[in-house]
Amino acid sequence: MTGRHSPSGTESGVEARIASWRGFVGRRAAISTADVDELEAHLRDQMGELESVGLSEDEAFLIAVGRLGEVDALSREYAQEHSDRLWKQLVAGPTDSDPEGRRGLGVALGLGVAAAVAVKVPALFGIGLEENPEVFVKNLPLLVLPFLAGFFVWRAGVGPGMRARLLAIVGVAVAVSALVLNLYPFGAQSDTAVLAMESATEILAALHLPVALWLVLGVAHAGGDWRSERARMDYIRFTGEWFIYYVLIGLGGGVLLGLTAGVFSTIGVDTETALFSWILPCGAAGAVLVAAWLVGAKQGVIENMAPVLTRVFTPLFAVMLLAFGATAVWQGDARTVDRELLIVFDLVLIVVLALVLYSVSARDPLAPPGGFERLQVVLLGSAIIVDGYVLVAMLSRIGAFGFSPNKVASLGLNILVLVNLVGSLVILIGFLRGRRPYAHLERWHTGYLPVYLAWAAFVGVAFGPIFAWA
Amino acid sequence: MRVGKDLVAAAATPLVLGILAEGESYGYAILKRVGELSGGELTWTEGMLYPLLHRLERLGYVEAGWRTSAEGRRRKHYRLTMEGRAALAEHGEQWRVVSEALRQIWAETDVHPRHLAAGGALG
Repeated sequence: MTGRHSPSGTESGVEARIASWRGFVGRRAAISTADVDELEAHLRDQMGELESVGLSEDEAFLIAVGRLGEVDALSREYAQEHSDRLWKQLVAGPTDSDPEGRRGLGVALGLGVAAAVAVKVPALFGIGLEENPEVFVKNLPLLVLPFLAGFFVWRAGVGPGMRARLLAIVGVAVAVSALVLNLYPFGAQSDTAVLAMESATEILAALHLPVALWLVLGVAHAGGDWRSERARMDYIRFTGEWFIYYVLIGLGGGVLLGLTAGVFSTIGVDTETALFSWILPCGAAGAVLVAAWLVGAKQGVIENMAPVLTRVFTPLFAVMLLAFGATAVWQGDARTVDRELLIVFDLVLIVVLALVLYSVSARDPLAPPGGFERLQVVLLGSAIIVDGYVLVAMLSRIGAFGFSPNKVASLGLNILVLVNLVGSLVILIGFLRGRRPYAHLERWHTGYLPVYLAWAAFVGVAFGPIFAWA
Repeated sequence: MRVGKDLVAAAATPLVLGILAEGESYGYAILKRVGELSGGELTWTEGMLYPLLHRLERLGYVEAGWRTSAEGRRRKHYRLTMEGRAALAEHGEQWRVVSEALRQIWAETDVHPRHLAAGGALG
């Protein structure tokens, strides 16, 4: 053995190449760091032997790496023995053992508990899920979202000045929402009516203000850098993943609640009050924070789910819309469409928008156009055509029966989303023809977000006075 | 001549256990030993050997530990356990049965591969 291939030698070109080879092999999920160490020892043994018969270090490295074979094949064979490594373990995973991740969980849990306590505070004043469900439910987002904003601000790691500014922005938005929801004299007109009717503008405010708040929270999520396209797209990604995690936690929570009720009923204990006035609202509030933590903790570990779902559902929704369009045309008379159709179609357009948005969020902007983009064109085209048909039908109805807050709100949303989709279609066709870069589509969507914020805030704040609290 | 893939795979476990029965060893040396024993006819890939060693470790047939050699190189050494010895005996018995059966059929019917190969070459 000569000194020239001992590891204690100077950091030669070969050492750098071995290090880069280590990095390359180590990126494979199936090959752990200890395995890379073992393979490196093997590589060095092989090189040592080749050098002892007269090859240079570089030649020995090339041949030894060549003998190890293609890394893909190597990784496949490791994967057969270590298939568990292909399933990234979130909770016990190595990424979670770093102090930052642990602290994140601690902060999220702390804020989650605080949010859970916060949703029980109104109960002290006789406003709970049981006693006064309407007031409680409409205020629920206002009680929980500030804690989520706190989590965003903490995670953004910004300076104290920016932190205060972000919290102030969210605080003002929450305070305005709270004033609107609780001090507006919704339904004031109804004291002239025989029955105290539900106020449509109140329901609209309760639906739109949380959406506006969620978008305002995006500013906190971006650490104040809300003008950045990247930051907005990150918030869109966050929203999709958060929603999926929240639904999953909700499903688990439902099973837990059901089993709790079942188990306790077998020993004759009625748990209904505990479950519905404590565990359900507190759990729902805390889960908001836990889901938010999960999104951040696993974002680099597991593939994002929302883009996977869009891949699955884009063709299915395209088929559904084509079938609906064909049936509607075959049936003929557009004026017979149901009053509910516009609201249903708002939901359809939002789903189509989400399908487009979450495939944009996961796509490499530099990849060439493919079959999936053509499928999206079909989806967008059919959605736009069918929606145009619905809009014509609704406008004629509004012409006949006049405006109501619900109609205006759903019509406005419909037109906003439609414009968003038409823009996407135009850009996507330009991209397929090679005239526009894909990045334009991303910019179009991120640039459109403030429009939704403005509309949601407008419906929430201004519809009450405009429609005389109807 | 190339030994078929399935046969290589089937022989891998007893061969590794047998080599480790000679004394503890590490991946590169095991590969070298396989080459020597088969006169260079059996060539194993690293992608076959290391996952196999890891499986044997998981099954408890071998124990592994890192050692540093005289020239300062860290290597993962494998050592046969008592269970590994028992497994090796079991494998040996199975291989004895198989090779005995093959030997008999080749002796009785005079269709030893060597003759077939020679016949093929002549024909």
